[in-house]
Amino acid sequence: MAATLNPPRATAGSQIGRSVPRVESRAKVTGRAEYTHTMRLPGMLHAKIFRSTVAHGRIRWIDTSAAKRVPGVMHVVTIDDVLKVLPDPYYGPAFHDQPILAHEKVRFVGEPVAAVIAADPHIAEQAVQLITADYDELPAVYDEVEALTSKIYVHDRLKPAQAFADLKHLKDARDTNVALDYRLRRGDFDKAYAAAEHKFEHEFKTQKVLHLSFEPFACICDYKDDHVTFYDSTQGPSFVRIEMARLLGWPENKVRIKVPYLGSGYGSKLYIKLEALALALSMIARKPVKVALTFEEMFYQITRHPCTFRIKSGIDANGRIVARKCEVFWNGGAYADIGPRVTQKAGLTATGPYDIDNVWVDSYALYTNVTPAGALRGFGVPQLVWAYESHMDMMARALNIDPAEFRRRNLLHEGREHATGQLLEDAPLDTLLDKLLERMNWSEPLDKGSGTVRRGRGIAIAIKAVTSPTTSVAIVNVAADGSVTLYCGTVDMGQGSDTAMAQLVGEILDVPAESVRVIPRDTDATPYDMGTLGSRSLFHMGHAVRRAAEEARDKLKALAREVGEPDGSNIPVSALFEKRYGMQAGNVIGTGVFKADYVPPAPGTGQSPQVTPFWLISAAGAEVEVDTETGHVKIAKLVNIVDCGTPVNPKAVETQISGAALMHLGFTMFEKMHIDGGQVTNASLADYKIPGFHDVPAVIENLYLDHHQANGPFGAKGVGEVSTFCPSPAIANAIDDAIGVRITEMPLNAETVFRAIRAKQGMPLEDE
Amino acid sequence: MTTARTITFKLNGTPVTADIKPHHNLVELLQSQFGLTGARESCGQGLCGCCTVVVNGLAVSGCLYLAAFVDGAEVATVEGLDTPQALSPVQQAFVEASAFQCGYCTPGMIMMVTQLLGENPDPTEEEIKHYLSGNLCRCATYPEVLDAVKRIRLGRRLP
Repeated sequence: MAATLNPPRATAGSQIGRSVPRVESRAKVTGRAEYTHTMRLPGMLHAKIFRSTVAHGRIRWIDTSAAKRVPGVMHVVTIDDVLKVLPDPYYGPAFHDQPILAHEKVRFVGEPVAAVIAADPHIAEQAVQLITADYDELPAVYDEVEALTSKIYVHDRLKPAQAFADLKHLKDARDTNVALDYRLRRGDFDKAYAAAEHKFEHEFKTQKVLHLSFEPFACICDYKDDHVTFYDSTQGPSFVRIEMARLLGWPENKVRIKVPYLGSGYGSKLYIKLEALALALSMIARKPVKVALTFEEMFYQITRHPCTFRIKSGIDANGRIVARKCEVFWNGGAYADIGPRVTQKAGLTATGPYDIDNVWVDSYALYTNVTPAGALRGFGVPQLVWAYESHMDMMARALNIDPAEFRRRNLLHEGREHATGQLLEDAPLDTLLDKLLERMNWSEPLDKGSGTVRRGRGIAIAIKAVTSPTTSVAIVNVAADGSVTLYCGTVDMGQGSDTAMAQLVGEILDVPAESVRVIPRDTDATPYDMGTLGSRSLFHMGHAVRRAAEEARDKLKALAREVGEPDGSNIPVSALFEKRYGMQAGNVIGTGVFKADYVPPAPGTGQSPQVTPFWLISAAGAEVEVDTETGHVKIAKLVNIVDCGTPVNPKAVETQISGAALMHLGFTMFEKMHIDGGQVTNASLADYKIPGFHDVPAVIENLYLDHHQANGPFGAKGVGEVSTFCPSPAIANAIDDAIGVRITEMPLNAETVFRAIRAKQGMPLEDE
Repeated sequence: MTTARTITFKLNGTPVTADIKPHHNLVELLQSQFGLTGARESCGQGLCGCCTVVVNGLAVSGCLYLAAFVDGAEVATVEGLDTPQALSPVQQAFVEASAFQCGYCTPGMIMMVTQLLGENPDPTEEEIKHYLSGNLCRCATYPEVLDAVKRIRLGRRLP
């Protein structure tokens, strides 16, 4: 049925709240969906990377002669070759600190030092094995707390990029590993803490884990003398375009980024990963060059931030938190990537979803000699929640208050000011807690078990601000037959954004979502978007898409008036074009732009009336069974509840809640990068285990509140990360409830738990 | 590197020939000479299941399976399951259950579920989990995959 201009009102709302199957379903289940890692261009060459074997050192020499002699090798490239085509080969979103290949120094094991280009990837791989390098090894710093005061400096001089005002003061800074020192101050912490009835101080750690998208990093660069095209597995094509144009000294319009579907990203495929190297190699080879990593190499690309969190709270006689101090140290690795933004954006909510008059937050981004760290599904917030929700439980136990009651007493209510100074709106924390307690049967006692298997339960609740200020632009194009095309830069990496955006367009133009074509990301066609990250897309791009569709609708109505259609006419859109242009011809194009309101936080105090356009809140509860003879923890039940506003696509929402929580069960229970003297010792799927079918809890509930986000597009907001926040502390709290043992460092594997049990019994096991 | 040789095999029912080298694996062969990218290498160790291909009726990890071994064999890939008119019942169930997110591991999951239901038309939940334990999904769509398998099982019971 052709789209018409004024369909009956009965269709209103028909596209929102509908579990439309993913628009790319057929391509994905038939194996025909395109991914960069499996893509080929005619005449394309392959590059393989030679990597540093030392964590910190000055390069004495690199010997590429044997590699160059391998038949079939076309180029062996070091930074000296790169400098001839790109004189300032440093990149990064926050700091221009990362060289395309190691330049004079290496700063982590696995850092790219040289690259081999060949038509046959096996030949390139073989030649890489023949490269040798010698380094004057330097002492290295691995720990984030040590890095703050260490005399070992990862970088000689800091080079902030232009984009962020709060990094300007670090320009040319020397003798430091601090890549951002974020502060939030409200009230008078010292005074209130001194006067508090009860004082608690704890330290928590999170381990180094990584995204491990099943499509490893991949980029193909096709450089021509007057323009360049990238085929790229990236979550942020607009940023890649801008940064590649900067490296080249070119205008944006000569740089094209094409992005097929992503074999996911989870935050790893943001900013610059392989693009700058692929560019340099394609410039040198004057042919398309593909750089595609192996699974093992992902361990040397980007990880989540390990974090040390020291938290202090002062409690009054009524069990109210009157003062809280948070010192957070983020282990950013050798290059800053987006670490300073993780440090700041997560720092905003480090005090938790609580109403505390006197707060003090120091959050430090630190350089160290390990694989760089960036965003991983939560932008630092899961590490914070791990700490502050464990801390809450420890205090509740010490004060002999029910952990749920202790939280309820301290929750921040809508209409009250958050620690940043912004009013809490559209964040019904108390409803969330009520719903969680109901699903956990909290008012009923739990059978704690006896003998060697003990049961316990725990809860957690959390809040996150969304990255701001950011911009999204969208274009909606109505063709002369009434068919509708959407151009937007949000990258569908599995979250279902193409489907959700098509639903928004369909709702406004009164066409089924399935009929809307969403153009694959291509910066020659799709307009600017800040990036697919931080749960921002449905809100920001959703508004841009809504506005673009509304403008197209208004233009169609104007066209109807122009051709003399009476008001309210329900003429088919195709007939409207026919009337105007005399045949099937013409287009109507609507554009939409959205940038959230934002007031920069005051320097020194971090206070602002508008730091986030919306709040993300979630809660989780866990029931566990702990085998006291082995330390093995079985998760019997996991409840995840989030507020995502109105669910545009309920099935997609449910799978985001479930998938994000299960991914974080891996980070909570067993995932850990083992690093020995800077060397990753378990860089493979055989040695680094991720969740499988048998790790899904026997009972898992994934729920969302019935809530309309007042300023969201059709009442919606993002949901990609929010269920990652709470499972870790909920499980640790449940373990404590079961066996009276508190664990302050993840993962919560059998060994950790058993060691804690033995330590509590006064019979600690020897260290490894 | 070493000399090429020509092999002949059946690919999704059609006789084909290919020039291969001794070190080529099955994934490379399918991708580079037949443009079939449904089987894809991820972990490279035969642990994730993304590269699952059926050779002579048995699922194998294409990333560890030398191309030379398929000489004379019957090879089935995910691309052979559907027709222009219809998805296979397993593919259809995956769509209905929303049993994938990024889709990278999906062809491997679908090949394994197809083989499972061929061997055991009515598996229990434990049997499904056990059979699919070599297929990993970083998006963790495990509950939805279980749902997809159950949908097919139930669908078959209907007259």
